[in-house]
Amino acid sequence: MSKEYETVIGLEVHVELATKTKIFCGCSTAFGGAPNTHTCPVCTGMPGSLPVLNRQVVEYAAAVGIATNCTINRFCRFDRKNYFYPDNPQNYQISQLYLPICENGGVSIETPDGGKKTVGIHEIHMEEDAGKLVHDEWGEASLVDFNRSGVPLIEIVSEPDMRSAEEVIAYLEKLRLIIQYLGASDCKLNEGSMRADVNLSVREKGSSEFGTRTETKNLNSFKAIARAIANERERQIDIIESGGKVVQETRRWDDAKEYSYPMRSKEDAQDYRYFPEPDLVPVIISDEWFDEIKSKQPELRDEKMVRYKEQYNLPDYDIDIITANKRLADIFEETVKLGSNPKKVSNWLMVETMYLLKEKGLEPDLVSFSPVNLAKLIKLAEDRVINGNVAKEVFEKIFDEDIDPEEYVKENGLMSVNDEGELRGVIEKIIAANPKSVEDINSGKLKAMGFLVGQTMKEMKGKADPASVNKILKELLGI
Amino acid sequence: MANVISDETIEYVGILAKLELSDAEKEQAKKDMGSMLDYIDKLGELDTSDVEPMSHVFPVNNVFREDVVVNGDDSANILSNAPEEKDGSFVVPKTFD
Ligand SMILES: [Zn+2]
Repeated sequence: MSKEYETVIGLEVHVELATKTKIFCGCSTAFGGAPNTHTCPVCTGMPGSLPVLNRQVVEYAAAVGIATNCTINRFCRFDRKNYFYPDNPQNYQISQLYLPICENGGVSIETPDGGKKTVGIHEIHMEEDAGKLVHDEWGEASLVDFNRSGVPLIEIVSEPDMRSAEEVIAYLEKLRLIIQYLGASDCKLNEGSMRADVNLSVREKGSSEFGTRTETKNLNSFKAIARAIANERERQIDIIESGGKVVQETRRWDDAKEYSYPMRSKEDAQDYRYFPEPDLVPVIISDEWFDEIKSKQPELRDEKMVRYKEQYNLPDYDIDIITANKRLADIFEETVKLGSNPKKVSNWLMVETMYLLKEKGLEPDLVSFSPVNLAKLIKLAEDRVINGNVAKEVFEKIFDEDIDPEEYVKENGLMSVNDEGELRGVIEKIIAANPKSVEDINSGKLKAMGFLVGQTMKEMKGKADPASVNKILKELLGI
Repeated sequence: MANVISDETIEYVGILAKLELSDAEKEQAKKDMGSMLDYIDKLGELDTSDVEPMSHVFPVNNVFREDVVVNGDDSANILSNAPEEKDGSFVVPKTFD
C-alpha cells in the first residue's frame, strides 16, 4: 500500500441508568423478570397513556454531564423520533434532539504513546430504551418482551476525535469509571448496560477533510470493538484503493464471524421526522437544583489518584489498581479509616483480592466483604496472633462469606503459638531428629535452616509464628 | 393550488407511514397534502421573526415522578391487548435485527 491512511472515529455510547423505575412510568427496571411482567400502558404505548418524567433520570444525566465537563442546558426538552420497529410499541422513541441536557464537554484520555489528549463530547441526551425481540424457534414469528421498554438511557455522543482502537477503549474506560463512580450505571458492556456504536471513516494522512463514515453496531466487548475497528478500517481502505466510494450506512458486527454487514434495506427510509414531544413539559434546572446535583458529586478517579499519593503515599501501581474500581476504592478507604495501615490494606486488595477474583472468575464489583473484617484480619496478623499463611486462609473465608476473622480464628484454633516454652520444646526435638541438617548449618550451609523451620511449622500444624521459630532456632544452634 | 405533490413524494410518505395506497387513493392524498401545505404557506406570510417557536400550549415546567416502583405485574391485562400472544409475549411478524 503506497498511501498512508488515518482512521477517524467518533462514538455514540448508550448507558442504562441505575434508576429503580423506568423513565416515564412506575414500572421496575429490575433485570430478569418473566416477559412483560414489568410493563404498563405507558411503556407498551397504549393509546391515551401519558408519560411522566422520572426526576432521578435528570439528576443522573446532569451528574454525568458535570463530571464530563459539559455545559448543562438549564432549559431542555424531549423530542419524538419516529420509526416503525416491533420492539418500539409507540412507533416513536422519546429522545432529545433540539435541546439535549448536556453539551460541549470532553474527557482526557491517555494515548498509547503515553501522552494525553481530550476527546470532545458533543452532547449527552436522555431517552428511552426499546423492548426485546426474541425469534420464535417454532413458528414464523418473533416475540416481544417490553420489560426493557422505557428503561432510561443516556446517549453520549463524542466528537470524531479518536484515531485508533486503543484511544477508543481508553475513552470508554474513562467514561465507564466516571459513570460507575457517580453510581449512575454499572456500565457492563457484556450485559448491555453500556453499548457503543462506532462511527468510522478513513482519510489520507495529512488531509483535513473527513471521509464518508459508517456506523457499526452490536459491539459487546472491548475486544469486539477493537476487532470491528480494524476490520472496518481495512474494508474502507480496500474500497478506496480499488477506486470505489464508501457508502454512508449502518452496519452490524458479527463478532463470531469477524465481519460486518449493512443493517437496513433501502426501503427503510431513515427519516425520523423529529418534533417536540407534546406529552412532556420542558425541564428547567434552576440554580438551586444544579448546585444540589453538583454538591452530591463524589470524588472521581482522577482526584482520588492524586489524593492517594499525597495522603497515603501509595505507589502508583497500587493506586492504579485500587482506583480502577469504585468498589475496591471504597473498601480501601473504609478499612484505612478503621485504623489499618494503608499499604497493608492495599496489598490485601491488590494481591489476594485480585487473585481470588481471577481464580473465581468474578468482577471486582462483586467484592462483598466488609472493611471491618479486613481491618480485624490485618490487626490479627500485625499482632502476630496468626501467621501469614493462616491469614491468607482466613482472608479467603472473608472474601467468600464475610466471616468475622476474630471469631473464626478462635473457633478453629488458628492462633499462632508464640509460647516460648512450647515452641522451644518442639524445636529441640526437631534439632535432635535432624543431625544431618544441623551439621550442614554448622558447615555454613544456611539453606538447611529453611528445612528445620519447615519441619517445625509442620509439627505445629502451620500455627507457629515464623519469627519466633527463627529466633529460637538460631539461639539453640548458636548462630 | 400552489403546492403540487409529486408521485415520488407520495410514494415516500407512504413508505414512512407504512401505508399501501391504491392509485385513486394516491391521487386523493396528493390533493389533500397540497392543500395542507398551501395552508401552512399562508401562516408563513406572517412575520414571526420575534416569536419563540411554541412546543407547548401551557407555561408548565418540571412535572416529575419520584423514582419509586408503583406498578406490579399487570402482564395478563397488558397482554390482553395483543392481537396474538405466546409465552407471555406479544407475537409479531418475524423480525431480524
Ligand atoms: Zn411501564
